Amino acid sequence: MYRDMLLIRRFEEAAARLYAQGKFGGFCHLYIGQEAVGTGVIYALQEKDYIISTYRDHGHALVRGLDPRALMAELLGKRTGIVKGKGGSMHFFDVHKNFLGGHGIVGGHVALASGVGWAIKYKKLDAVVVAFFGEGAANIGAFHEGLNLAALWKLPVVFVCENNHYSMGTPIYRALSVPDVSIRAVAYNMERDKFDGDDVLYVYKRILPYIEKARRGEGPSLIEISTYRFRGHSMSDPAKYRTPEEVETWKRRDPISRAQKMLEYNGVDEKEFARIEAEVRNIVEDAIRFSEESPEPAPYELYTDVYVE
Amino acid sequence: MPKITYREAVRRAMIEEMERDPNVFLMGEEVGHYQGAYKCSQGMLEKFGEMRVVDTPISEQGFAGVGIGAAMLGLRPIIEFMTWNFSLVAFDQIYNNAAKILYMSGGQIPIPIVFRGPGGAGGMLAAQHSQSLEALYVHCPGLKVVAPATAYDAYGLLKSSIRDNNPVIFIEGEVLYNTSWEVPDEEFLIPIGKADVKREGKDFTIITWNRGFWFTMEALDRILKEGYDPLILDLRSLRPMDEQAIIEATLKTGRVLIIEEGWPRASVGSYVSDFIQRNCFYDLHAPILRVSQEDVPMPYARNLERLSLPNPDKIMQAVKTLMSF
Repeated sequence: MYRDMLLIRRFEEAAARLYAQGKFGGFCHLYIGQEAVGTGVIYALQEKDYIISTYRDHGHALVRGLDPRALMAELLGKRTGIVKGKGGSMHFFDVHKNFLGGHGIVGGHVALASGVGWAIKYKKLDAVVVAFFGEGAANIGAFHEGLNLAALWKLPVVFVCENNHYSMGTPIYRALSVPDVSIRAVAYNMERDKFDGDDVLYVYKRILPYIEKARRGEGPSLIEISTYRFRGHSMSDPAKYRTPEEVETWKRRDPISRAQKMLEYNGVDEKEFARIEAEVRNIVEDAIRFSEESPEPAPYELYTDVYVE
Repeated sequence: MPKITYREAVRRAMIEEMERDPNVFLMGEEVGHYQGAYKCSQGMLEKFGEMRVVDTPISEQGFAGVGIGAAMLGLRPIIEFMTWNFSLVAFDQIYNNAAKILYMSGGQIPIPIVFRGPGGAGGMLAAQHSQSLEALYVHCPGLKVVAPATAYDAYGLLKSSIRDNNPVIFIEGEVLYNTSWEVPDEEFLIPIGKADVKREGKDFTIITWNRGFWFTMEALDRILKEGYDPLILDLRSLRPMDEQAIIEATLKTGRVLIIEEGWPRASVGSYVSDFIQRNCFYDLHAPILRVSQEDVPMPYARNLERLSLPNPDKIMQAVKTLMSF
């Protein structure tokens, strides 16, 4: 878990550098600060389970085990990218890992998650689907419709709200009439929970029962996990709407430092941390090298994948 | 050959495809216990059960999304919109998800789904319930759009649509459900993208689809009485479109009239017109003319509704203009 969180952190720091150097464009929403949420939740899943994500999908993809080379190449818009340079930062997909995409319309994919849950039930698969979304998505119609249908039909979906307290630049108190997202589950007769997301083990332990409940066919849950992004909404956002004090307060709860402290307490020594750091840096550097050496998509690819035969 | 109604053709196609493939299911408002708002799914709940004929609450965005999510895992949903007017609240799901997931996923995840239901103007249903929205869907790459005029075409094309691995927008004619047409008892498919010459002729070509074909039929007697011999080309599929058939029909007559139920601006007819002038410019004897719905929301009053839609008077006037060149 620690290694995966560190991989997300280093991968995204590198992405931010490459972005600043103009190596790629588009929107690039970093997950830095939120690593414990995705990591804790995804570790509670099995390989046969499904994940559906938002435009802030780098972290989820890396923990799920999508190839860092293919992810970095996707950011750089290369042919070797995870979706052949057709999706970019917001649209990582890997059907072999049951990773059903990063989606760019806030909350639109929440309805898709219920559909994945429907298919699991229809096909009688022993699986669940986790849908990640931010607290901003809790205001959109697809969120409410998706939750209602999932509850109505007892679908195996765990709705995970990563509440990072800002919908782009708008803080919760200016956007949500009821600031508690999880309480909306009550309206749909759905199990709910709400907890902090800076301790990865704690996230893992708290989410597991809801995943197992869904797996047993006992219906969906809405779980709100409090977290914070250390950077702006995207690379084009300097996040001036937040005070330095606020950001500092949250940075003191850095999930990676926290995990490191816990590991130190349990006897993991400096040499081991150095080894993990080196391993992660190697992966990221290799991914960058691979991406930069990779060719751009062939021009004919413009017209492929619009339809299948 | 036996005649069946358009409604029966739709139902027969769905039942046969659901019997053939257990991954096919029907979902929508009132499709089950109520037997279908337009009775297209009558008897199907009893036959297939509640997992395959699924009643939904009024949440088009939600159940359109559920259909797309289910298709991501390889199911083949038929999503019924009670009318296409209500598809507008599910527009994001259709445009941003159904149409684009294949492309955004680099070809990894096809979305084999059919969205179907009645479109067009009903009898005095007014502005929010009388719209022909096919142009919106033809506009978007990643979608296929089918709009059959007859029971024969509805049957063969719906079966092809359900078997297609892409999202298909299948627009039925709300006022066509009771129209009958000869449909053979044995199974057949009509490929998506093939137009049909409904009447051979030499003086001018009428290009149309869905209810536009029936507007044409209403005017046909008068056209023939005036001594004209029109070729009637029913496009049936609007995306992909049978470009070869359009060119051939245009070259045969040199004159084209497009009849559509939808609004005139940025419409399917305007695209067809553009296509023809780019490909057949030197073979045209007259400008391409169009008869469409007037450029207004649909009024309620019976006389105004009739004035708003294509009708034999408007069609005759266009024919005379077309033949005056």
